Amino acid sequence: MSTSTVMQPAASSTSALTAARLVLERDLRLAFRKREQLVQPLAFFAIVTTLFPLSITPELSRLREIAPGVLWVAALLSSLLALEFLFRDDAQDGTLEQYALSGQSLTWLLFAKTAAHWLLTGLPLSLAAPFAAGALGAPASAWTGIVASVVLGTLALSLLGAIGAGLTLGVKRGGVLLSLLVLPLAMPILIFGSQATELAMKGASIAAPMYLLAALTVLGVTLAPIAAAAAVRISLE
Amino acid sequence: MAWTWFHRLASPPHVYRLAERLTPWFAWSSALLILAGLYGGLVLAPPDYQQGEGFRIIYVHAPSAWMSLMVYTVMAVAAAVGLIWRMKVAHAVAASCAPVGASFTLAALVTGSLWGRPMWGTYWEWDPRLTSELILLFLYLGYMGLRSATEDVQRADRASAVLAVVGVVNVPIIHYSVLWWNSLHQAPSVMKLDKPSMPLDMLVPLLLMLLGFTLYFVAILLMRLRGEVLSRERNASWVKEALSR
Repeated sequence: MSTSTVMQPAASSTSALTAARLVLERDLRLAFRKREQLVQPLAFFAIVTTLFPLSITPELSRLREIAPGVLWVAALLSSLLALEFLFRDDAQDGTLEQYALSGQSLTWLLFAKTAAHWLLTGLPLSLAAPFAAGALGAPASAWTGIVASVVLGTLALSLLGAIGAGLTLGVKRGGVLLSLLVLPLAMPILIFGSQATELAMKGASIAAPMYLLAALTVLGVTLAPIAAAAAVRISLE
Repeated sequence: MAWTWFHRLASPPHVYRLAERLTPWFAWSSALLILAGLYGGLVLAPPDYQQGEGFRIIYVHAPSAWMSLMVYTVMAVAAAVGLIWRMKVAHAVAASCAPVGASFTLAALVTGSLWGRPMWGTYWEWDPRLTSELILLFLYLGYMGLRSATEDVQRADRASAVLAVVGVVNVPIIHYSVLWWNSLHQAPSVMKLDKPSMPLDMLVPLLLMLLGFTLYFVAILLMRLRGEVLSRERNASWVKEALSR
């Protein structure tokens, strides 16, 4: 067999959606076999949240004022921490290269990987967020608003972060660089997310910041996987 | 035919010579404009009735802030051209832009905070425009960090180009979300220079400075571009000829 036939993308009969579903299932199955990676971002989130009462004040009335900010900074940092693992293992063992050569759309495959990543980190974070907010003095009535805003925010962040993770694949010890790339771009998510949480805690309507968060998420769903695929291709060269 | 000039821009020796020839023109005209603008702004223009002499820092601050955004746009356009047409020279332009843009951003931040001391009574106020300028500085630092972290030049070119394009889509979103954030969190305490009502003897020096800064950027860009092209083509024979002249 000559090398040229090996290098050519295989003509595939599997549709893009089926391939994406297979990747999603594979990533979920792998993650459930290695559970500590699921727990770590949550534990990190809890620790960062704990730092604030210890460093500022245990008084709930004062914590309540900063609760939305604390919640979102903690959520942002722990999703960022998890982003480093998004492509790294697959890049090291050559799986990503196989994806790129598979003849399937890399955009769809990476979208599926990002979705799996969000299901494994963003969704648990969203479910943990109301408890953290409660510990910081948020009223129980705010929990739906908090969950909804963190769901949208972490989704947008995972999509945005996929681009950064793709770009820093080839970089040794890229963790700090990844934060430097992604955090400035994530400022709108932080602003609208903490706004929604603050409004939810006051019992006001959270519609306005939620629409903006949803718009950012839609922008991320439509454009980010394309950019992430370009970034991964460049890093694999 | 009509596109020959564009295709010739893809040739490093041509760009190197073109940059060499154009640099003095841009450098001298920018020096003249900046001198004229400084004279007009610092000597001829009357002190502001509210801010006194302190307003004069605007003659450095506003052009720097304007350039910080313009350089980012130039960088992103060059990066997109490099990605789409795989033009190496365009990547060299983008690479040369980043440190210049970061410096303009820093200049805008420093002058803004110096202006804030007498006007707001503090060096730093979470004013929306200063804040989004700060985020822009982080974007530049991320771009430069990614470039320096990637050893292979071509990969660094293309990876940072993707980042620049993603960034330029985000810059307006960040800017407006920061404006919105501030208007919700605190009452507008920011003094504003009302530009259209600015008298002519204050406005003309500002426009001169804007144009002068733009030409200065082009001159610096051309000089950096020559260095960038030389270091990228250091093994080519035309470089030896150009340097032995």
